[in-house]
Amino acid sequence: MIAGPAPAVAEELLAALPPSPAVWCSSLRKRYRRQVAVDGVSFTVGRGEVVGLLGPNGAGKTTVIKMLLGLVGPDAGDVLLLGRPARDPRARTRVGYLPELFRYQPWLTAAEVLALHVRLTGISVPAEEPRECLDVVGLADRAGDRVGDFSKGMQQRLGLAVALLAGPELVILDEPTSALDPVGRADVRDLLLSLRARGVAVLLNSHLIGEVERVCDRVVILDKGRVAASGTLAELLGRRDVRLRLAGVSRAAEELLAAAGPLTRDGDWFTVGLPADEDATTVPALVDDLVALGVRVHAVEPGRISLEERLLGILRAGPGADPR
Amino acid sequence: MTVRTVLIFAALTVQEASRRRVLRSLAGLTIVLLAVSAFGFSRIDAEFDGELTTGEARLVASTVLNLVMFGLSLIAALGTAFLAGPVLAGEFESGMALAVLARPVRRSAVLVGKWLGLVAFGSGFITLAGLVQFLVVWATVGYWPPDPVAGLALLAAQTTVLLTLGLLLSTVISPMASGIVAVGLFGATWIAGVVGSVGAAIGNDAVARVGDASRMLLPTDGLWRGAMNAFQDPGLLATLSEEFNAHPFLSLSPLTGAYLAWAILWIVLVLGLAGMAFLRRDL
Repeated sequence: MIAGPAPAVAEELLAALPPSPAVWCSSLRKRYRRQVAVDGVSFTVGRGEVVGLLGPNGAGKTTVIKMLLGLVGPDAGDVLLLGRPARDPRARTRVGYLPELFRYQPWLTAAEVLALHVRLTGISVPAEEPRECLDVVGLADRAGDRVGDFSKGMQQRLGLAVALLAGPELVILDEPTSALDPVGRADVRDLLLSLRARGVAVLLNSHLIGEVERVCDRVVILDKGRVAASGTLAELLGRRDVRLRLAGVSRAAEELLAAAGPLTRDGDWFTVGLPADEDATTVPALVDDLVALGVRVHAVEPGRISLEERLLGILRAGPGADPR
Repeated sequence: MTVRTVLIFAALTVQEASRRRVLRSLAGLTIVLLAVSAFGFSRIDAEFDGELTTGEARLVASTVLNLVMFGLSLIAALGTAFLAGPVLAGEFESGMALAVLARPVRRSAVLVGKWLGLVAFGSGFITLAGLVQFLVVWATVGYWPPDPVAGLALLAAQTTVLLTLGLLLSTVISPMASGIVAVGLFGATWIAGVVGSVGAAIGNDAVARVGDASRMLLPTDGLWRGAMNAFQDPGLLATLSEEFNAHPFLSLSPLTGAYLAWAILWIVLVLGLAGMAFLRRDL
């Protein structure tokens, strides 16, 4: 027989445990006939973390996402979503998803699509929440229109609204800006930043590397169904550069620049390599010191190996060449 | 949660069916058929200058009612068979299923819900159109079928058989192809049933077995014959000879309980197969 206080103690112990990752997957494998689509993929997405999934076409990104959501059955491997095995449909209660192939019931209105998804989650949400989600994606004035009359861009916006419904703790976005114009892309970027600010974990599959670079805490690079590399941007990109356009550079100023990091010069442009772990005060302090030495500073630009260059480098080197 | 999911998808399927063009097509075809039958029934007595005996009038009314009800069941079969494909396979092809199945729902509950919605839609159509047809016949020639409830229930069961087949087919072939194959099999079984009846009437057992076998493989024709029997005047059946067994729009014997049980088992098995295919399918 269980003593009275035991459940309370167990609850306290459970509450003291760190929350399980938003996504945990291990050794996922999937083969379509003779083609291996996913081959031993493992990664995690922490709570509140924004993780980018990158890789060339056919790398297995969408298949991995579908396996996480139970839409594709893995041949091997395990998935936990928000601490529950993905086999259990309840694991998806607090998960929002925008598929790459976004299509919603054309005979329903936008408001009806959202109402349907609220019912499917089985969670009671405030009456105004669906309208707020439509407002966030710029469709508030089209709530009563049939989805069949929507453009592709509007359907993708509707898909984003669906993914944001019912207070998700994890949002999985598969190419969320593929049908959006530049304004729409900027909106999605703002949306991702607001999700991160609210502590919502995001798994983002996007071909727009700049987008990933701006919003993601970590990146997982897939190639030929395997994890080719993963890590924070700082880990993946390594050294950062700062480019300065300077005039009146004395010998002392040049020594100061060289002391900050490897220095290269092209006319009045100076490029200084900074360590990956440099903090946010390094560059302002360097500029202050240069000004104190009488150097006129015309321009300061962050310059670093771009994620695109790094991605291409990893993919050209082949799978497993630089795994982290 | 599972029952809730079933009900959500049943309601969604009825809503889909009622908002798609197929409903307007069904309504149009039904109105045309009812209007033509109303005109036809009103002319039966006039064409024979009131010389038909009561028995003859009942025979004609029974036969023509069964003919029209066959037309209605054909419309229901076409409608539901062409609806069944899109509600499942069409959603896979378009990607519409992705966002829905990523919600906390069991696929089996989604399938049963959609099936239930289609059954409700098909049965609702049969009941409504059938009742209007009975009223038309009653108003024009004063004939009311002896067991309209059982007859309509059997027609609804026939529609259920066909839409369940459509669902199974749509898990392996395209939505349009599944509709065409289902309706083709429905027609082939009906023809095989008539051929079998001719065999029985002329005492050729081999030919008669064609009808029996087809009625077992796809119970649409067997259920249809049971429905016809429920629509006919019972007094009329006693006066008809065995040769009338070959009549495509008269049925001399009612449906047996064993056959009804087989039809129900058939539906459960085929829905189970569709469920297995649906559960294993990668989206």
